[in-house]
Amino acid sequence: MYDYDFFSFESKADFLDRSEKVWNPDKTRFWQDAGVDLVIDRREGYLFWDMAGRRLIDMHLNGGTYNLGHRNPELIAVLEQAMGRFDIGNHHFPALARTALAEALVATCTPNLRRVIYGSGGGEAIDIAIKTARHTRQRRRIVSIRKGYHGHTGLAVAAGDERFSTLFLSDRPDEFVQVPFNDLDAMEAALRGGDVAGVVIETIPATYGFPLPDPGYLRSVKALCERHGALYIADEVQTGLMRTGEMWGVVKAGIEPDMMVVGKGITGGMYPIACVAVSEECSAWLKEDGFGHISTGGGAELGCIVALKVLEICGRPEVRSMVHYIAERFRDGLSAIQERYPDWLVGIRQDGVVMGLEFDHPEGAKLVMRRLYENGVWAIFSTLDPRVLQFKPGILLGPELVDEILDRTATAIGLAVGDAAGVPA
Amino acid sequence: MTLLETEAAGSARARMMLDRARWAATAFATFDRERTQRVVDAVVDAAYQNAQRFAEAAVEETGMGVADHKRRKNEACSRGIAERYDVGDYVDAQIDAAAKIVAVPKPAGVVLAITPSTNPIATVYFNAILALMTRNAVVVSPHPLARRVSADAVAVLAQAAVSAGAPDGCLQIVEEPTIPLIEALMGDRGVDVIVATGGTAVVRAAYHSGNPALGVGPGNVPALVDATADVAKAASCLADSKAFDNSILCTNESVAIVEERVADALARELTRHGAHVLDEEEAARARAALYPGGRIETALAGKNAAALAAAAEIRVPAGTRALVAPFASIVPEEPLALEKLFPLLGLVRVPDAARGIDAARALLRIGGAGHSAVIHSRDPRTILAFGAAVGVLRVSVNAPGSTGSSGLDTNLAPTMTVGTGFFGRSALTENLQPQHLTQCTRLAYASDPSEPFGDFGGLQPWSVRAEPAPVVARPQPAGEMTRDDLRRMILDELRELVRQ
Repeated sequence: MYDYDFFSFESKADFLDRSEKVWNPDKTRFWQDAGVDLVIDRREGYLFWDMAGRRLIDMHLNGGTYNLGHRNPELIAVLEQAMGRFDIGNHHFPALARTALAEALVATCTPNLRRVIYGSGGGEAIDIAIKTARHTRQRRRIVSIRKGYHGHTGLAVAAGDERFSTLFLSDRPDEFVQVPFNDLDAMEAALRGGDVAGVVIETIPATYGFPLPDPGYLRSVKALCERHGALYIADEVQTGLMRTGEMWGVVKAGIEPDMMVVGKGITGGMYPIACVAVSEECSAWLKEDGFGHISTGGGAELGCIVALKVLEICGRPEVRSMVHYIAERFRDGLSAIQERYPDWLVGIRQDGVVMGLEFDHPEGAKLVMRRLYENGVWAIFSTLDPRVLQFKPGILLGPELVDEILDRTATAIGLAVGDAAGVPA
Repeated sequence: MTLLETEAAGSARARMMLDRARWAATAFATFDRERTQRVVDAVVDAAYQNAQRFAEAAVEETGMGVADHKRRKNEACSRGIAERYDVGDYVDAQIDAAAKIVAVPKPAGVVLAITPSTNPIATVYFNAILALMTRNAVVVSPHPLARRVSADAVAVLAQAAVSAGAPDGCLQIVEEPTIPLIEALMGDRGVDVIVATGGTAVVRAAYHSGNPALGVGPGNVPALVDATADVAKAASCLADSKAFDNSILCTNESVAIVEERVADALARELTRHGAHVLDEEEAARARAALYPGGRIETALAGKNAAALAAAAEIRVPAGTRALVAPFASIVPEEPLALEKLFPLLGLVRVPDAARGIDAARALLRIGGAGHSAVIHSRDPRTILAFGAAVGVLRVSVNAPGSTGSSGLDTNLAPTMTVGTGFFGRSALTENLQPQHLTQCTRLAYASDPSEPFGDFGGLQPWSVRAEPAPVVARPQPAGEMTRDDLRRMILDELRELVRQ
C-alpha cells in the first residue's frame, strides 16, 4: 500500500493501471515500453525517488524547471510565507506582485525591454508574444525554426514542429513559415516578402537537441528582422536563468530582442507562471486595450513572488561562479568519455549547462536514456532528434554529485554501444 | 522583515557561499606547488601593500588599538608568514625513503574562519594566507564590529588571488554576519574545519557545531619577574607589550608577579618607560571603573592609557603608555586579576620565585588556561620550573608577551590564532600553522626489507597544467556590448552586405 496522505495506491502496477484508465493511456504505456518504469515520488534537490524507492539524479529538470533543484528550500520558504497574504490575485486589476516582478525582470533584461505581460505557462506566453507581434506590425506571418519547440497552445503549437500541430489540425502553413536552423539564406528568403510580423526562435533549440547557433547566426537573424520589419521574439524558456552562464542566453549572444519569453524555471517548479518582456514599441496594445489578453492564472501573484526569489538567487555571484565550475567539469568529464567512445558519442553540444549529447544512431539517445535510467540518472532524448540526448544539469550542483553523474554516464554510454549494435539503424 | 529576506534565506545565501567554496576547493586541491606559490605571492603582496590602509581602517571602525601597531601585525601576518613557510611542504609529496613512506599532502577543503574585532585584519590575513598556502578555500566570518574593513580586505585579497590564477571563490566573506547565520554556517556539512579566533562563546559554539574545529581561548597572562631578571629590560618589555596595540592581543600581560627584592626597582623602571604606577586610591578607582560589577568594561577594550585614566578619573602625565595597578593577592574575587584587554597591568609582590610560580598558577585558575605566560629571569632553573608548572602552551622568556607569544618577537610561529590546547578546551595545541589545515595520505610500504621502496623522484602528484583555473566572467550589463561583440557585429554586417 502506498499511502500519500491525499490518495493511495495498492502498488506501482495498480497506479499504472489506473493512470492508463483515467489519465493518458499512450503516455503511460510509452514509458513502460521504453524501459523507463518511472513514477516520481519523493523529490529533493537534484534527486528524486521512484515509487519503488529507486534514487535517480535529475538531468532533465523538466526543461530547466528545476534549474534550482526540486523543492528548493528558499523557494518553499518564500511560497509558504507569501501564502500568508497572497493568492493568485485578480487578473483584471493592477497587482502588487505582478508589478514587483515586472520591475525585477526588466532590470535583468536588455534596456529596450520595458514591460512584462504574464501567462500561466510557456505556451501561453508564446501565444501572447505572437499576438503582440501581429498587433505591433499589423502582419500575420510568423517565422520559426524547423524542429523548434514553443509549447502546445494554439499559436505556439503552430509555430512548432508538425509533430505536435497536425494531430490537432492546428498547423497553419500559410501563416507559419519554418526555416532550417543556422540557415541565414532561408531566413532571409522567409522575411524578404516584408509580410512577417515576427521571428520566434529559441536561443538554443531544446527539443531539437540543443544544436548550437553558428557564431553570429542569431545576430544576423536579428539584423534581418530589422531590415525586413519583423520582430525578434527570443524564446528563453530553456536558455535563461544562468543556464548559459549569463542570466539570459540571448543577451550573452549580444542581441536586444523585441520580446523575450520566460517560463519553466522562473518559478522553480513551485507555482507556475510565464512572462513576456516586451519593448516599448511592442507595448502598444497594452496602452490601447489592456484587456486584449486575459489570463486568470497568468502572472498568479504567488508565482510572481516565487519568481522574484528565483531571479534574486540566479543573480548571486556564487551562482555565476558555480555554473562555470559545473560547466567546466562536465566539459572535461564528457570529453574524457568521448575519447573512449569517439565513434559512438560523436558530438557534445554545450553552452554553459545547456548540453546535448549526439550519438551515432538514429535512436541513439533513447538507448542511452534507458541505460542511464538503469544507472540512476534521468535524462531525456530530444523528441525532435532522437540521436541527441538532452543533458541538463542544475546550476547549484556540487562537485561530488557532478562526479557521480559523470561516472554513471560513462557506464551507461558504454553499455548503450552494445545495444546500438542490436538495434537496426 | 521583508518578504524576501527571511532568516532562513540569509542562511541559505550563506550556505551558497560554502557551495561555491566547495567548487573552488575542489579545483584548488589539484594545484601544484608553482601554481599555489603564485597565488600566495600575489595575496601576500596585496596584503602587505595594504597593511597600513587596513590598519587605519580597522582602528577607525572598531575604535580599538593603535594603527601603527596594527600595521606591524598586518605586515607580520602577510610577508612574515610567507617568509616563514615553504609552500612545497604542504603541496609536494614528502618522501621518507628510510621509513618507506610517501606522504601526499591534501587540503582540508573548505575552511570557515571566524575572525575577531580585536585583531580583525591581521587575523583575516593570517587565516587567508595559511588557507591558500595549503590550497584550501576559505570563507571568512568577521566580527560584526569589524565587518566593513574585513570585507574590504577580503575583496582585495580575493582579487589578487584570482588574478594570480586561484580558483574563483577560494576566498569569500560573509558580509552581514549575525549570530544565527554564523551558527548555521558552523554547523553546515559544507564546512571541513572551523578556525575560530574570538571570544569564548564563539569558540565553544564552534566546538558544539559537530564540525572539526580549531579554536582559541581567552588569555590571562602572568608575567613573573624574578630577582635575577634584567629589571630595566623587563620593565621596557612590559611597558612596550602593554602599549602594543593598546593590549588588544590576548597574549598581553595581565599581572606582573614580582619578587619583592626587585619590585621597587621594577616600579621605578616602569615609570621611566612611560607607565604610571597607581597609588592605592587610584588603583581602587581603576578597579571600579575598568571592572564595574567585577567584570571587564568591554567599551574600554583596546583604548589607550589616557582613555583608561580618564574613565577612572586619574590624572596621569602626558605620554603615559600604561597604568600599573598594584594589588595584594591573586584571588578570584579580585577584579584586577581578570583578563586585561587594555593597557592596565596588575602588579603583585611575592617573596620568592617559588611563590611567584604559585601566584602565576593562581592567575591561570581564574582565566587563561592553556594560553600564554611571560617570565623575565636569567636563571634557567626558574625558567624551566615556571614552564613546567604553568598550564599554558607558550611562555615568552625575556620578551614582551603581546609580540612574544604571538611569534612576532620570538621564534614561535607568528600567529593570530593562539591554540590553548586541552588545558584551554581546544584541539589546537600551538600557534596555528599551515600544517593544521592539511592532512596527508601516507603510502606505507611493507616494512619487510625484501620489499623495495619505489623511486618517486621527479614524480608530481598534482596538476601542472598551464591554463588557469576557470575564469568567471563578470556579469555583462544587459544590452552593453564588449569590444569583441562590436567587432563580431561589424563582421556580421559586412558579411550581410557581401551576400547582397
